[in-house]
Amino acid sequence: MTVAAHSVVDPTPRTRRFAGALVIVYAVITMIPLAWIFLTSFKSPDDAISYPPKIIFQPSLEGYCNLFTTRSRQTPDFIQTLGPPQGMCDDIARSRNMVIAGPSNYLPRFVNSLIIAFGSTVLAVALGTLSAYGFSRFRVPLKEDLLFFILSTRMMPPIAVAIPIYLMYRAVGLSDTRLGMILLYTSVNVSLAVWLLKGFIDEIPREYEEAAMIDGYTRFQAFVRVVLPQATTGIAATAIFCLIFAWNEYAFAVLLTSGNAQTSPPFIPIIIGEGGQDWPAVAAGTTLFLVPIVVFTVLLRKHLLRGITFGAVRK
Amino acid sequence: MAEVEIRAVSKAFKSRTGTTQAVSGLSLTIGHGEFVALLGPTGAGKTTTLRLVAGLEAPDNGSIRIDGRDVTGEAPADRDVAFVFQQYSLYPHLTVFENMAFALRAPTRRVPEAEIRAKVEQVARLLHIEAKLNNKATQLSGGQMQRVAIGRALVRSPAIYLMDEPLSSLDAKLRGEMRLELKRIQTDLGATILYVTHDQTEAMTMASRIGVIEAGRLMQIGTPREIYENPVNAYVAARLGQPAINLLPADIFAGVPHGARTIGARTEHLTIARGGGAVCATVTRIEHLGDQSYLHLDLGGQPVVTLSDPEAELRAGDAVSLGLRNPLFFDAAGRRLAA
Repeated sequence: MTVAAHSVVDPTPRTRRFAGALVIVYAVITMIPLAWIFLTSFKSPDDAISYPPKIIFQPSLEGYCNLFTTRSRQTPDFIQTLGPPQGMCDDIARSRNMVIAGPSNYLPRFVNSLIIAFGSTVLAVALGTLSAYGFSRFRVPLKEDLLFFILSTRMMPPIAVAIPIYLMYRAVGLSDTRLGMILLYTSVNVSLAVWLLKGFIDEIPREYEEAAMIDGYTRFQAFVRVVLPQATTGIAATAIFCLIFAWNEYAFAVLLTSGNAQTSPPFIPIIIGEGGQDWPAVAAGTTLFLVPIVVFTVLLRKHLLRGITFGAVRK
Repeated sequence: MAEVEIRAVSKAFKSRTGTTQAVSGLSLTIGHGEFVALLGPTGAGKTTTLRLVAGLEAPDNGSIRIDGRDVTGEAPADRDVAFVFQQYSLYPHLTVFENMAFALRAPTRRVPEAEIRAKVEQVARLLHIEAKLNNKATQLSGGQMQRVAIGRALVRSPAIYLMDEPLSSLDAKLRGEMRLELKRIQTDLGATILYVTHDQTEAMTMASRIGVIEAGRLMQIGTPREIYENPVNAYVAARLGQPAINLLPADIFAGVPHGARTIGARTEHLTIARGGGAVCATVTRIEHLGDQSYLHLDLGGQPVVTLSDPEAELRAGDAVSLGLRNPLFFDAAGRRLAA
């Protein structure tokens, strides 16, 4: 019997196939719900709730139309008196004896989500980078205790402080404002940002800044010109983590926002159609909701893959 | 270029485990155009001394003057010094050109871009790296990186160049080449350099004066020849010479001056003859290095290492007699005694 030569450290073909199969199974399990939501967003309301579920169906944009519009029911006689339909969505609405009454709240909620999630991410990463640099480079009194305190803010579920925050926000006029939500998500994320980024900045040799400072730069200029470019991996990874949290956050958003500053997560599930939940519209809202995170992650994926090791093997 | 004066400088570092005195009462003047090497083992305070001159550390006591001006309280950027680090000396996100231009592009300096380009190209030619200017710093070999690191300092004309073991991460062959090149550049530019090393060859070949540092104190400063021939104590004697000086108990040999406890015997201080004599030793091992051979002897349990003539044809187990020829004598405290 001949044994093919193989390296001791490299996995054997069998291990490799097994690992590959495991990854594929896991990917399928996680992708099916997403695929189902995506398919549902193109179904008609009847197809969406039909049993057994339909995999082959006539695709329709009704879900997307319903997502962005509000409609009112009219008599067929009244609809006859109107002029020709204004576009595709109007056509779909009329086929169900309805007319479009105006835009829905989805777009403003989506814009709120963008402003709040990106705003808090930028703020958390900026504050996190500066404090991580300070903790990494300077002799800070009680450094260890302060770092532990920062970490300890994540030890309880954030929702445990929801009621005090609700009362505080009402008192200072921050409830249902974008600024309030940005500040809230920033305060939750900044501890994560400080700890992640401190690891990355610790890895950057001090000699780089010292060389710059001897060469005529101030410490801040050295930080901007030398430390930041080398911390991009860590900053990108941290930004993605912060953005995912702020984008998906549901509990605080339900509690603290109602109209002005409501984000997409509390809005999507309450899209009501005629006679109950409008599932294609909900699915359409969810599908569109996924897009910014996917785009952001794809744009930064090169950094994320290197950053996921938390700076352990940077060189 | 200017004179740099370190006056009675001390520096201690506090940590949880206690206080470490890195530099104590160190005074040293580096003259205009002089190449001074600080020689000492790891942890002797060499690098701290360099960082104190650069302003990366503030001294607890003492002062530092550059060109007669007291710079003790000044920021590194205001001192007009250039620093070459042992490693991490290039910015990986910049090209070779950008690395070399980095200091000239500092906001406070406001050098016109055309002048920067001219200066960088001139220094690149001096270091033979002109073909690499557009490469990323990470695409260079170790020797090229260290050239660029030195180039980063050379584009400026600072009062003094501070170099912290700039050649120690290179392989032996490259180190030898860079040594010659660095000395050539220093002579050409008439540069003032304070150079830290633990490599006696670097200190001996490049420096106009060597300062030997031990436990934060400057033991002796002098020309390489003075340090080698007239060490003030056994410690300094042990820093220089290959093989290292043999420190032998004084009572082995007759005719030792009064008060001497230790004899310092280098190869040139020892005579070796085949067969027995007044002082007998046994050959334990011979290391052939090609052009020379290390002769390991056992002198009544005391190891002695010296160079041997390849033609001597000694073998392990042979008995030899040892004699002295103007050796160095040290007292109980390790201080040098007049012969």
